[in-house]
Amino acid sequence: MSGTDVKVNAFVRTIGRVRRPPAPVVLCGLLLALLLTVLLAATVGAAGIPLARLPAALGLVASEPGQAMASRDQLILWSIRIPRIAVAAMIGGLLGASGAIMQGLFRNPLADPALVGVSSGGALAAAGAIVISDSRFATHLQFLQPWLLPLAAFAGSLATTMLLYRISSRSGRTSIAIFLLAGIAIAAIANAGIGLLVFIADDRQLRDITFWLLGSLSGATWSKAATLTPVLGLSLAAMVFVHRGLDVLILGESEAFHSGVDVERLKRICIVLVSAMTGAAVSVCGVVGFVGIVVPHLLRLVIGPGHRLLLPASVGLGAVLLVGADTLARTIVSPAEMPIGILTAAVGAPVFLLILLRQRGLVGL
Amino acid sequence: MNAVLEAAGVHVSIGQTTLIDGIDLRIDDGEMVAIVGPNGAGKSTLLRLLSADLRASHGVVRLKDQDIHAYAPHALALRRAMLSQHVSVSFPFTVEEIVRMGRGSQAVAAAQPLIDAAIDEVGLNDFRHRELPTLSGGEQQRAHFARVLVQLACGEAVQGPGVLLLDEPTSSLDLKHQIALVEIARRRARRGTAVVAVLHDLNLAVRFADRIIVLRHGAIAAEGTPAETITSEVIRQVFEIDVAVERSSDGSPFLLPQAMRQILGE
Repeated sequence: MSGTDVKVNAFVRTIGRVRRPPAPVVLCGLLLALLLTVLLAATVGAAGIPLARLPAALGLVASEPGQAMASRDQLILWSIRIPRIAVAAMIGGLLGASGAIMQGLFRNPLADPALVGVSSGGALAAAGAIVISDSRFATHLQFLQPWLLPLAAFAGSLATTMLLYRISSRSGRTSIAIFLLAGIAIAAIANAGIGLLVFIADDRQLRDITFWLLGSLSGATWSKAATLTPVLGLSLAAMVFVHRGLDVLILGESEAFHSGVDVERLKRICIVLVSAMTGAAVSVCGVVGFVGIVVPHLLRLVIGPGHRLLLPASVGLGAVLLVGADTLARTIVSPAEMPIGILTAAVGAPVFLLILLRQRGLVGL
Repeated sequence: MNAVLEAAGVHVSIGQTTLIDGIDLRIDDGEMVAIVGPNGAGKSTLLRLLSADLRASHGVVRLKDQDIHAYAPHALALRRAMLSQHVSVSFPFTVEEIVRMGRGSQAVAAAQPLIDAAIDEVGLNDFRHRELPTLSGGEQQRAHFARVLVQLACGEAVQGPGVLLLDEPTSSLDLKHQIALVEIARRRARRGTAVVAVLHDLNLAVRFADRIIVLRHGAIAAEGTPAETITSEVIRQVFEIDVAVERSSDGSPFLLPQAMRQILGE
């Protein structure tokens, strides 16, 4: 082989060559980014806590005697800001990872729980639960009260995901066009249902339902963080069992079966997982769109589509993005607050369009 | 020779349409079998039956003396590997990541030599870090073939010789890679793997197979060695086309359609 041939072959090997960063680097990078975002979120807001006062406010060092600011800082931090940061991080993680799982399940990078009506289905059920919880029938369900909204949102999300899968999948193949159009139709039906509930709700119920429609984190409390923690923990544990199956499922249901994946079981687990994650997020902060589409898309550009790393990384980046977005939402028009759904849509919708344009050939639209 | 794969009286019907009409067959270990037939003859349906992708309306398919549907998916994957005709991948996996999917539950470190060998065998060494959607149809088909070879190798390491099912594996390949694929399959057969391939190219089927099964209207129209099955009568009856069956220097038959002979002025 001549020297030129060797050079040409070496050149050919480098064309289009993809380099993926190692998993520990990615996960440590995301953890660092999350720490910095949390630090920023803890210090800025309507009542600023400068970085110098943060250790005292956190109780890490003793505050100097006679400092009234220290107790004010502690109150703001522990009663308002930290629970809100925790809730934002967990919801961001849940939404990011549920988007990644849904996209793997539907073999479609445009799948997002909020976009295709899964969040709306959860919100409809949660709004229904608010209205029904005042009825005479609900007095028998008092023991369920703390879990009523999360359970209702989960059930609504589950029903919507199953319906969507049934409509858009045929003989193991998912039509992207039918999937998106069916998702739009399901979202429209769910939104019509929410509209009907708004119409029949009394003033107090109306206020509670509006909270979902706005998609806000202003109601974040420690108890809500406690509701989300087991869902996030179980979801992280479940990722260990589904990542390999989701990789192979990208090749199609038949190929996944030929490769030894119990496809029906994998689909059932993923549908329940997506519904639980979306339902838990919706029950706490309403419908926040596009996190599930932006997070996995950005990550795939850097780390590739393998779910072993994509799923935990989606939790990390989702947390970073939502804590950052929430910080922006509560400071940009301070002392008022911008609904976080507006911010996520402002960033997410262009990303969605970008993916759609790149996928135009595949979608066949 | 031991039968590894058997079909007994299998029927497949969808509504009023019969796709497979009472087929009995037996595939032995180390055997290379080609399934040929015109469009709609039921070739791919038969292969899906043999891979357990599809259940027969009547009859039974047995893999290593056990009903194929009695195996759990992961147990089945250790005993048979299947390459489908079209596999579309909508996410940017690299060639190596795709091939690695064939390892199943085996640890990456243990499977890596098999992965490297398969990529090398299909000639994709220079493309292993390229994203699959950026490759040509033929290169993608070779990547999927390498994935299936890894699955077969991982399974055979545990369960002994298995079954390799190929659905039109050469449809996107150029002549060089068609021959290379046949050679790879033949190497597996020499080690005891039973290889069954649906092929459109009858001349390739002759080169490929020890035995050819000719399907027509969901039933076996002819079965036997290439010399027994690839005759002008069988081809006229099944494909409704006149061909001249010539003999190559090694005595194996090859086909030349009469229309082609007229063009060539013979």
